[in-house]
Amino acid sequence: MSATTALHLAAEIGGPPHYDARHYVELARLAERGTLDFVTLGDSFARPGLDALAVLSRVAPATRRIGLVPTVTTTHTEPFHVSSAVATLDWVSRGRAGWSAEVSTTEAEARLFGRRSAAPAAELWREAGETADVGARLWDSWEDDAEIRDVATGRFVDRDKLHYVDFEGATFTVRGPAIVPRPPQGHPVTVIDGTGGPGQEAAARHADVVLVRATGPEQAAGIRADVRHRAAAYGRDPDTLRVLVALTVDLGDAETAPEPGLESGPPLAAGGSYYRGGPVDLAELIAQWHRAGAVDGFHLTPITPERDLERIVNGTVALLQHRSLFRTFYPGGTLREHLGLARPANRYALAEGRA
Amino acid sequence: MTAPTRKQMHLAAHFPGVNNTTVWTDPRSKSQIDFSSFEHLARTAERGRFDFFFLAEGLRLREHNGRIHDLDVVGRPESLTVLSALAAVTDRLGLAATVNATFNEPYELARRLATLDHLSDGRAAWNVVTSSDAFTGENFRRGGYLDRADRYTRAAEFVATARELWDTWTPDGTPRPFRHQGRHFTIEGEFTVPRSPQGHPVVIQAGDSPEGREFAASAADVIFTRHGTLEAGRTFYSDVKARLAKYGRQPDDLKIMPGVTFVLGDSDAEAQERAAEIRRQQISPQNAILALEQVWGRDLSSYDPDGPLPEIDPDPDSGLVQGRVRIGDPLAVAARWRALSEAKGLSIRQTVIETTGRQSFIGSPETVASELVEFVSTDAADGFILVPHLTPGGLDDFVDRVVPLLQERGAFRSEYTGLTLRSHLGLADPVGKD
Ligand SMILES: Cc1cc2nc3c(=O)[nH]c(=O)nc-3n(C[C@H](O)[C@H](O)[C@H](O)COP(=O)(O)O)c2cc1C
Repeated sequence: MSATTALHLAAEIGGPPHYDARHYVELARLAERGTLDFVTLGDSFARPGLDALAVLSRVAPATRRIGLVPTVTTTHTEPFHVSSAVATLDWVSRGRAGWSAEVSTTEAEARLFGRRSAAPAAELWREAGETADVGARLWDSWEDDAEIRDVATGRFVDRDKLHYVDFEGATFTVRGPAIVPRPPQGHPVTVIDGTGGPGQEAAARHADVVLVRATGPEQAAGIRADVRHRAAAYGRDPDTLRVLVALTVDLGDAETAPEPGLESGPPLAAGGSYYRGGPVDLAELIAQWHRAGAVDGFHLTPITPERDLERIVNGTVALLQHRSLFRTFYPGGTLREHLGLARPANRYALAEGRA
Repeated sequence: MTAPTRKQMHLAAHFPGVNNTTVWTDPRSKSQIDFSSFEHLARTAERGRFDFFFLAEGLRLREHNGRIHDLDVVGRPESLTVLSALAAVTDRLGLAATVNATFNEPYELARRLATLDHLSDGRAAWNVVTSSDAFTGENFRRGGYLDRADRYTRAAEFVATARELWDTWTPDGTPRPFRHQGRHFTIEGEFTVPRSPQGHPVVIQAGDSPEGREFAASAADVIFTRHGTLEAGRTFYSDVKARLAKYGRQPDDLKIMPGVTFVLGDSDAEAQERAAEIRRQQISPQNAILALEQVWGRDLSSYDPDGPLPEIDPDPDSGLVQGRVRIGDPLAVAARWRALSEAKGLSIRQTVIETTGRQSFIGSPETVASELVEFVSTDAADGFILVPHLTPGGLDDFVDRVVPLLQERGAFRSEYTGLTLRSHLGLADPVGKD
């Protein structure tokens, strides 16, 4: 197992639905004040709420540094549209986009579209993996320097630097190239929830950030090692992956001060995905797990975003910063830079020896 | 200022791209994809009190002779996503996305449009297009699965279904279940977005066939047309407005807005000179041959752009050009071009410049303002979708120099009077079914 690096923190800003952009802008700005790596916004076709990708596009010009990661479901959408929309979020945020891939497993969701019936999660996750795969190919289908504006020959683009992806999946094919030029990050960041369940393989294969659930640092370390191992089996360098523990947090209780010399850290509820306590104890937990080399960071889902996110930023994060365990400013501009992930080389340029 | 008495003009700004209108060789031409370009043009349009900002769509890169077309601007962002971002940097400007009805599903698109309407406080519009074929379909799950004739029946049912979804929430904010059963869609469930701030996003139609006009008359709030001359405009205008009555609609319920270009100068003569220069930039020697090949459907790369038109006839069944909307019967177009070339002694490039160069309004700000007013007051149009030839500064002059003249003449608003795009367009909010 390799040591973890800098601590990464992210937060979900969804909760009860709001239909007003200002609500989300305020939460994202709050998270940005805490220099969090990114905010996520959950989404589903099945419950009230706005389209998450559009909401975070609206948030993009109102923020400067924070990464923006909407949930995008892949079951009833067109992979070509998904890829274009995520690339566009990267353009409008100047390199701060990601997407959290999800599937729609219910018959109720299927009936909203009337195109296909519900299918087992495992099947849908295979398709989600293919959507991630074709998405990345489409992002690469324009080389970075495809736009040449060559006045002498009258050519705006060099068409030899545009590529057909000719993707054939089990449920769809895409010819390509993309309509949207390669986005600023090369590939916007792909986030997949990958503990155990059917998303596990897609996560190991396609995700830049994998969300996992664990009850303690040892278990988290084991899961992280497993995710990295699986990624390596797909020919990936495990260091290009960040494993974050997903934690739902309820900071509604009164602040609890850490006991002097606290060693074990505050306990988690059974199942490992729920933390209830004060922001200071949460900082303690985060510090301990990270120090133990168990995780690269945490993805926190506050049960009441307005209240809990404020406590996370002004309590938990402030304390971690005070102890020099978390950065106090963004050294870079893109989400990949926040995460310490390199901008991916373009597979088509590489294939032609032009990287 | 006096209260406006004349018919009010509507103005929209088209973000130029993916055609040879855009003079990307001009040193003032900036990025076609950076958000700053979209922001600049949208803010300029809003400064000019425009009704809306308009984005076109293409879902596959055009090809010519089996290779990706490389002479014009290529590449653009996804419309609804960019417009959601523009909602953050504008307050009143309508935000119109072209989205194909063939390669989308009503539930998802209705939701994305309703979302944009909420995020912009009631400024969203959807330009429903139906073009595209198996070539475009290769990027989508279903492939090129619809015959031309079926595309408008799908589009009509698509719009009707979207409106059913937009109407499902009660005024007190409770979702009601919906069920739609039709030829193209059988869907049911609950829509996730409350009724939008302007009732429904504005629906625009672009398409010119009788089916397209009928669809617009029955279902659209605005038509985006290419009939940009006075005569063609009047004919189109009266044709379309006459179709409204049978759907129980008033002439004012559908705004007719041709896509037009403009070139300004300090004097008319200077503007004419500038326009000629812009046409030459738009129709480079390479572009002239390309335009010729698009009509002829043949490889004509060996022809000299400064020489005469080819003597061979067009191939009417050619698949040479892919992903581009066709303009009429190639044999007839070729005959027209030949006649013009012979009459005026024009080379290939000169002929293409004469026939395809598309500057609609050329002159001093006074001249252009007068012509625009004439179009609107004589019912050749209700307004215009302006297509500048420079990104993103191409609208600056128009807003600084022409808009004030239109305002002085009482032909165009000086301030927004409402908050929503529907109110800019003078359209009533649709009545929900309660
Ligand atoms: C002014 C105008 C603009 C159009 N813009 C687009 C566009 O941006 N994207 C697109 O796919 N089709 C566009 N179209 C194509 C139309 O939606 C329509 O599919 C096509 O004209 C064929 O329909 P028709 O036979 O009724 O004209 C445009 C058409 C017109 C007249």
